[in-house]
Amino acid sequence: MNLPVMPQGSVPTNYKQRNLASIPINLLHAVTNEVRLALRTNAGRIGLFLVTIHVFLAIFGPYITPYPPAENHLELTADQVAEEKRDRAALGEVKTIRKLEFKVRMSDDQLAMPSRKFLLGTDNFGRDILSRVMAGARSIIIVAVSAASLGIFLGTTVGMASGYKGGKTDEIVMRVMDGVMSFPSLLLALLVLTMLGSSQLNIIATIGVVFMPRVARVMRSATLVLKDLEFVQNARLRGESFFYIIFRELLPNAMPILGVEASVRLSYAILIAASLGFLGLGLQPPSSDWGLMISENQKFIVQAPWVALAPAVAVSSLVIGVNLLTDGLRQARGLPVSEA
Amino acid sequence: MTQFLARRISLIALTLLVVSLAVFAITEILPGDVATAILGRGATPENLEILRQELGLNAPVYSRYLDWVWGILHWDWGESMVQKRPIWDLVLPRLSNSAVLAGFAFLVAVPTAIATGIWAGIRPGGLPDHAVSNVSLVAISLPEFVTGVLLIVLFSSTLHWLPSSSILLPGESPLSKPSILILPTLTLTGVLFAYIMRMTRANVMGVMETSYVRTAILKGLPMRKVILRHVVPNAMLPTISVVAMNIGYMLGGLIIVDSVFAYPGLGRLLLTSITQRDVPLLQALALLISGVYAFSNLLADVAYALLNPRVRLG
Repeated sequence: MNLPVMPQGSVPTNYKQRNLASIPINLLHAVTNEVRLALRTNAGRIGLFLVTIHVFLAIFGPYITPYPPAENHLELTADQVAEEKRDRAALGEVKTIRKLEFKVRMSDDQLAMPSRKFLLGTDNFGRDILSRVMAGARSIIIVAVSAASLGIFLGTTVGMASGYKGGKTDEIVMRVMDGVMSFPSLLLALLVLTMLGSSQLNIIATIGVVFMPRVARVMRSATLVLKDLEFVQNARLRGESFFYIIFRELLPNAMPILGVEASVRLSYAILIAASLGFLGLGLQPPSSDWGLMISENQKFIVQAPWVALAPAVAVSSLVIGVNLLTDGLRQARGLPVSEA
Repeated sequence: MTQFLARRISLIALTLLVVSLAVFAITEILPGDVATAILGRGATPENLEILRQELGLNAPVYSRYLDWVWGILHWDWGESMVQKRPIWDLVLPRLSNSAVLAGFAFLVAVPTAIATGIWAGIRPGGLPDHAVSNVSLVAISLPEFVTGVLLIVLFSSTLHWLPSSSILLPGESPLSKPSILILPTLTLTGVLFAYIMRMTRANVMGVMETSYVRTAILKGLPMRKVILRHVVPNAMLPTISVVAMNIGYMLGGLIIVDSVFAYPGLGRLLLTSITQRDVPLLQALALLISGVYAFSNLLADVAYALLNPRVRLG
């Protein structure tokens, strides 16, 4: 992991005391400010556009799908029904077991090509792909945002506390973090999820824990830069508490680094959540998880490539959107675009 | 340097100890023990008890942990509970298959990524730079299973050039069927290429702004020479550690790629051991993969130190 270098001049010393009551207003200002910044660059504009679509789908998607996402369309046409009847009549006297030899008739709505009825086609259960993709946005965004937030929260607290405290505590905490980090992320997530059993909450907790040491490292090194500056010494001399200094003095000044780290974590969280879904450790069928949709439909990829393509495009456009938005914001601030 | 190596290697030993403890602890808490998994739901308590005795599941946790570690230190990885074969015999062919795949991916990704990175980095903001940066952003954003599926749609279902799955018979070497390796290799290459390319590009851009490069240009050295003599060696340093560190990424990627292409590598074995609740196999694989990861990080540090006098001597 390469640590983001502290951009020069990003340590504002005129840190303003903030009122607790003004947090929502400040948040709104911060968001509009970010949006304005994002709109200045091409990358930011495209990224914002893609992310907005996904957020819109996450909020309203499940209510505006053309069909219920889990609804099967297996109806046979009148001709097929007639054929079916003729077959049955011909085999009428034969015992029930023999009836299994019927050719299983496929409805025209199964694995259907994209058409006016089903804009993106259907899967092998005759479920509308568009509806499923639209309904799938919510779960992945909830999982990714919560998991990244959890990882950021845990990592920031541990990293900053450890870095500020220093000494033996710091040494021990960082060794433990190194231990957790010596598992490849996906392997650790697989092991923990197998142990806990898969549920939305467990996925969030697992990804959060996997991210914690990586965030902690970054935030610790940011703390080491800040902790000997005058305003921190001032606070210490004023007799402020440990947590006050960490969250009200150090954290606001580490915000630029935290912002970058948060967006990197968000895009990784989407990737890991989608990968877990693909490996069958995410949401269980018949839910419309994008990763799961791809693995379910991979066997039909030769006859019906659109079935796997639609969720593939959905998940990629989300990650591309997040990455472009991040790059755009960095460009607008005059920071170097992320290296890796 | 010796001191540095000694410190790093003792750190690796410590890491492996922590990892082995963690792996053991995690698999220990797995719901449903192996005896239940083997005998199924219909097992009587008496039968379960007998099997547990046989498998040594009734011994206290610490003694089982010590037995396990002791065995591994003597290169005795134990026996798979489901397949009833020595674990190392199961792992070895998978390990070599995965190594072949990973090796090919590195062979393709590293030289092309470094070359493109240098090309894009010497003229930042130029057309090649923009094109390459955008492509790499997309490559980084695509999860491996999406890249894999896209490649299958393009090369297997549409063009019918390459097989859509990479199944091998037991004992068959992947090298005897090179065509099945192409799509998995390309899938792994995508992200790897993008990471190494972006890193090289950023480093080259950084070095291009240094005073010694400006001096070299101003004293009239031909651009080719400036780049080969001054820019490339200095820009390579961080890139090399990124390459080594990506071995770790590769291990995660292999799990997904194995599952997309049904390739018989370590990842497939890991997923099978998880679904079959084959605890000894799962423990061995988790330890092995984390061990490889830890060693690749060591390799990154050592390579960096070897090439950088400031770290080597400091």
